[in-house]
Amino acid sequence: MPAIIETHGLTRRFGGLTAVDHLDLSIEAGEIFGLVGPDGAGKTTTLRMLTSLLDPTEGSARVAGRDVVREPQAVKDQIGYMAQRFGLYLDLTVQENMDFYADLFGIVGAERKALAAELLHMTRMDPFRNRQAGQLSGGMKQKLALMCTLLHRPRILFLDEPTNGVDPVSRRDFWTILYQLLKDGITILMTTAYLDEAERCNRVGLMYKGRLIRCDTPAALKREAGSEDLEGVFVGTIRAAAALEER
Amino acid sequence: MSYRRTRAILIKELRHILRDSRSLALALAMPAMMLLLYGYALSLDVDHIPVMVYDQDGTDASRNLVRQFQGSRFFEIRGFGGYGEIRRAIDRSKILIGIVIPRGFSGEVASGRGAAVQLLVDGTDSNTSAIAVGYAEGVVQAYSAEWRARGGMPPAAPAIDARARVWYNSSLQSRNYIVPGLIAVILMILAGQLTSLTIAREWEMGTMEQVLSTPLRPTEMVFGKMLAYFLVGLADSAVALVVGVSVFSVPFRGNVLLLALTTCLFLFGVMFWGIFVSAGAKTQAEAFQLGILTTFLPGFLMSGFVFAIDTMPKVIQVISLAVPARYFVTTLKALFLKGVGLHVLWPQLVFLAVFAGLVFLRAVSKLKRQKVA
Ligand SMILES: Nc1ncnc2c1ncn2[C@@H]1O[C@H](COP(=O)(O)OP(=O)(O)OP(=O)(O)O)[C@@H](O)[C@H]1O
Ligand SMILES: [Mg+2]
Repeated sequence: MPAIIETHGLTRRFGGLTAVDHLDLSIEAGEIFGLVGPDGAGKTTTLRMLTSLLDPTEGSARVAGRDVVREPQAVKDQIGYMAQRFGLYLDLTVQENMDFYADLFGIVGAERKALAAELLHMTRMDPFRNRQAGQLSGGMKQKLALMCTLLHRPRILFLDEPTNGVDPVSRRDFWTILYQLLKDGITILMTTAYLDEAERCNRVGLMYKGRLIRCDTPAALKREAGSEDLEGVFVGTIRAAAALEER
Repeated sequence: MSYRRTRAILIKELRHILRDSRSLALALAMPAMMLLLYGYALSLDVDHIPVMVYDQDGTDASRNLVRQFQGSRFFEIRGFGGYGEIRRAIDRSKILIGIVIPRGFSGEVASGRGAAVQLLVDGTDSNTSAIAVGYAEGVVQAYSAEWRARGGMPPAAPAIDARARVWYNSSLQSRNYIVPGLIAVILMILAGQLTSLTIAREWEMGTMEQVLSTPLRPTEMVFGKMLAYFLVGLADSAVALVVGVSVFSVPFRGNVLLLALTTCLFLFGVMFWGIFVSAGAKTQAEAFQLGILTTFLPGFLMSGFVFAIDTMPKVIQVISLAVPARYFVTTLKALFLKGVGLHVLWPQLVFLAVFAGLVFLRAVSKLKRQKVA
C-alpha cells in the first residue's frame, strides 16, 4: 500500500534553532499514527508543515499525493486539521461555527445537513448547538473543533493534542469517534501527551529535539526496550538520547 | 475567488461586530464625538462678541429683540448708532457685528409676512465671524419663537430672518472649509482603525491557524472582512455628514450620488489599508499602533484639510500624493462648497479607485506570505 503521508528530510529552522530535523516519515492510508515527545520536540511544527501552514526550510513532504509547498490548496482540500490551541470563534454558537466551516469547505445543501446532523449526533453535541463556543466545557470545545474539521469528509486528519485538558469520560467519547472515523477509512496523524492514547495507535513516532528517534508499533517498541508500557520506552529512550548528547 | 467563502467571512464578521455591542456603539459614536471636539476646537470658542445696534424701528418688538441680545452670554452690546458708526467701529475692530433692525420691523412681524434683521459682519477673522453669525441667528430664532408664543406673530408666519452681510471676506470660508476636510480625516482614521485590528485579532485568538487550514483564499478573507466593516464605515460616514451639515450648518451644494460614490471608493481604500497593516502584525497592540501612525499623521498633516500642502517641503508634498485623504478632502470641499460635478472631480475618483485596487492587491499578497510561524 502506498504511503498517504510521506516526508523526506523534512526540516524547519527558526533562526539558530532546528525545530524539526531531517524527518523521514511514511504513513499509510487508514492508519492511526501517534506522534509523541517532550514539550518543544517539534510535533506542532511537523503538523504545520504537513498541513501547508508553514513552509519547510529543507526537505519535502507529500500529503495525499500532493506537494505541501507547491500545491497547498490541493492539500487543504483533502485534510482536516485541529490545531493545538482552540481555534474557533468564542462569540459564535456551535451551529454558527459549523456553518462557517461548512461554507469554507464548500459543503452545501442536503449533504451539509445530513453530515452536520450526523456529527452532532456522534459527538452528542446536539443539545448545545445554540450555545456560544465560549460557554462550552473544555471537552465540548474539542469535540466542536473536531466536528469542524470533519465537515468536508477529509481523507486525512491531523490532530494536535486533541484531548489535552479533557476529562477521562470525554476522552473516551473522543476515542469512540476516532475509531468510528478509522472504520470509515480516514487516516489519522495525531500528537498526544498521553501515552495510554499512544498505545491505541497503529504506530508511534517518538520525537526528541526535532528528530524522530523511534518509530514502530507500540508492541515492537515495548519489546525492543524490554518495557511493560510506553512510558518506560519513552523515558528510557529520551534519557539515553540525552546522555548521548552530554558526551 | 469563491462567492460562498467570501460571504461566509462577511457573515461571520458581521456577527462579531453585532455581538460586540460596546465596540459597535463606540464606532458609531466616534465620528460625531470627534467632529464636535475638533470642529469646535479648531473654530475656537467665542463669547462676549462685541456688537453695535442700529434700531431704526424703535418699537416694543424691536426693543425686545435688543434685550434678547443683551441677555445672551455670547454677545455684548458696545453701543447704539447708525450705519456710519457701525462702519467705523468695524474698521477699528471695536465690534464684530452690527445689528440693524429695519424700520417697519414690528409691522412685518405682526403681519407675518416674514420680517428680517440685517447683520453687518466683520469677516476678517472668518472663523470667529462664522461662529458669531451662527450665534446671532440663534438669538433671532429664539426671539422668533418667543414672540410667536406670546401671540405677537401669526402662528403660520415664517421665522424672522437674520441676513448676514459680510464685509472683507464675503464667504466666511474657514469654517466651511474645515468641516468637510475634518469629516474626511476623521473617516480616514476611523475606517483604518476598524479594519486594522481584524486580522491581528485572529492571530491573537488562535483562530487564524484553524481558518488557514481550510481552502479559504486570502482574497476572500480580505474582501469579506472589508465588506463587513464597510457597512460600519458607511454608517459612520452618514453620521459624520449629518453632524457636519446639521450642527455646523455647512452647506451641501453637490450631488449626493457623487458624494456616496466618492465615500465608497475612499472607504474601500482605507479599509484595505487597515487590513494590509493588520496582515503584517501578529498582535492587536502592534496593529493598533501601526494603524494610528499610518492614518492619523498623514490624515491630519498631509491631506490639506488645515495645512496647505503647497507650502510644505517638497518631500512631504510628494508623499502626500499617496495619501487618499488628500483626494477625499479635495472632493468633499468641492462637493460641499462649490457643488461641482464629476467632470471636475473625476481625477480624484480615479486616484481613490487606483489606491483601493493597489492596496487590496498588496494586502492579499502580504496575507499570502504570512505563514503560521
Ligand atoms: N514561530 C516560531 N518561532 C520561533 N521558534 C519556534 C516557533 N514555533 C516553534 N518554535 C520552536 O520550535 C520548537 C518546536 O516547537 P513545537 O511547537 O513544534 O513543539 P511541540 O513538540 O509541539 O511542543 P508542545 O508539546 O509544547 O506543543 C520549540 O523549541 C519552539 O520554541
Ligand atoms: Mg505542540
